[in-house]
Amino acid sequence: MTLAIDIPAPSARAERSGVIRFVARLFREKPLGAAGGVIFILFLLCGIFADVLAPYGMNQISPRNRLLAPSWAYPFGTDNLGRDMLSRCLYGAQISVIIAFTAATLATVVSVAVGILTGYLGGKIDLVAQRFVDAWMSFPDLIILLVVVSVLGPGLPQIIGTLGLLLGIAGSRIIRSAVVSVRENMYVHAAQSIGASTKRILWRHILPNIMPPIIVLFTTRVGTVILAESSLSFLGLGVPPPTPTWGGMLSGSGRTFMFQGPWLALAPGLCLTVVVYATNVFGDALRDLLDPRMRGSR
Amino acid sequence: MQAYLARRLLALIPALFFASLIVFVTVRLVPGSIIDMMLSQNDVGADKLSRDQLISTLGLDRPMWQQYFYWISGILLHGDFGRSLWQNTPVAELLAARLPITFQLGFMALVVALTIALPIGIYSAIRQDTAGDYLTRSFSILMLAVPSFWMGTMVMVFPSIWWGWSPQVNFVPFTVDPIQNLKQMILPALILGTSLSAITMRLTRTMMLEVLRQDYIRTAWAKGLSEPLVVVRHALRNALIPVVTLIGLQAPILIGGAVIVEQIFVIPGMGLLLLDAISQRDYPIITGVSLVIGLSVMLINLAVDLSYGLLDPKVRYR
Repeated sequence: MTLAIDIPAPSARAERSGVIRFVARLFREKPLGAAGGVIFILFLLCGIFADVLAPYGMNQISPRNRLLAPSWAYPFGTDNLGRDMLSRCLYGAQISVIIAFTAATLATVVSVAVGILTGYLGGKIDLVAQRFVDAWMSFPDLIILLVVVSVLGPGLPQIIGTLGLLLGIAGSRIIRSAVVSVRENMYVHAAQSIGASTKRILWRHILPNIMPPIIVLFTTRVGTVILAESSLSFLGLGVPPPTPTWGGMLSGSGRTFMFQGPWLALAPGLCLTVVVYATNVFGDALRDLLDPRMRGSR
Repeated sequence: MQAYLARRLLALIPALFFASLIVFVTVRLVPGSIIDMMLSQNDVGADKLSRDQLISTLGLDRPMWQQYFYWISGILLHGDFGRSLWQNTPVAELLAARLPITFQLGFMALVVALTIALPIGIYSAIRQDTAGDYLTRSFSILMLAVPSFWMGTMVMVFPSIWWGWSPQVNFVPFTVDPIQNLKQMILPALILGTSLSAITMRLTRTMMLEVLRQDYIRTAWAKGLSEPLVVVRHALRNALIPVVTLIGLQAPILIGGAVIVEQIFVIPGMGLLLLDAISQRDYPIITGVSLVIGLSVMLINLAVDLSYGLLDPKVRYR
């Protein structure tokens, strides 16, 4: 006699209709969050298709059109070299999208790996790891970023790697607590008692059940990463110019010309604020719908 | 209480050990030799320090564990953080000069944040789902998204264009001219404080809502107590504990934000010291500043934990 019972796996079609139903629920119950989601998707599209959408090149200099106020030809105005601010903001979105997705994905993978290992295995490893996380979290994100960039030099891979590791270790706490609560469920004990391997339990039983906090963690990370990268660029230690970044456009040579062309200070900051705001409300709405336990925490 | 304090202070030792290890290892992450990089950049160059001098100044001629031991024992036994590679001043001296300025900025920002967050948080909880509640809540989510460096930039740019006013950038220490100093610090503190107030406001609201639903609050109302008495004496004190915890958790955000604000308003605190050290690759200063920041955050969190006893009579330290 075998104890194996076949549980029918949900078909691809049922799963798809589940996604649609979830989106409908999002729009019905959390209209603000849904609006944030729409803006977020627009931001993604702007970043992905920046080359197509931008009316001018990112570093196309036109000395005759220096410091023009916003107009139909240049909706966001032009900077001190006559570069179109709208195009530069679009290319800035591209950099933000690249960094946000790679770093947030890396951070989530690190959080999940560390969180599952420490949360499920527990014991001495967990104890030591938690003290390490304590120490790690007592450094402000920006300080670690600054120190690492000062050592490795500014550049896209360094920023992505550092942000991923940094936020990954900090976020492992959230995943760990989710794992600890799932670990004590009957089905996990049942799996253990029929001799399932640790690997199988982690993959088949723990991981699927901590998906909601993982998704929420990822969305909140996207906003954090965008802000962190722009702070770094603002301090002159982000992706080096002339690549346009939102933070970088607010600092450096642009700063001296803002007094003549205040729109230089407006456009990148507005882009940043709108996108981060949208990701925040979207993330909040997802959290409320997916993971009632995390409601109100932040 | 004393036993609790002793245990918490003991627990600081492993945390500090890890923290020092993180700082120590990070600065030595550099692929290849720090020396080559320092020599190639910023012309630390041959005229000022020779290659061998640099190596021995940094103690790089010894094995890694010895370097760590030498470095940490210098700090623990003599308070010696090493010397700046550029000015040759002891790092400890620089830290002592800069730390109070950042603390003053952080403290003022915290006061600003609480003055905004507590009344508004309480208000939107006791007037839940009114227009005022929605307005303040939307404002707080918005404030979360506005980067402080953008706010700082706009404060520098727009008043100057409209009214020809710009903030003063020659720093005056508090001990020299308190009024001038406060005038200068209030704007950066406001910017740092408002961005910090958003989360605190949200949590104050959430906690007040939860507490206001408790039985003892209903009893207090039923006794016919006045609204201020119920809200402040009965509800607020109980709602405040998680809020205080949050302040501890925000300490790193506050210090990180201070770096940016100090840069914008040219306030010579720890943040500016760190940024200058980074642009000059002055590693002893970088390690010193990071370590002191890490330690400060840990101590702030310890102070927060201890303050529970004052706020909540139910908490007894064992």
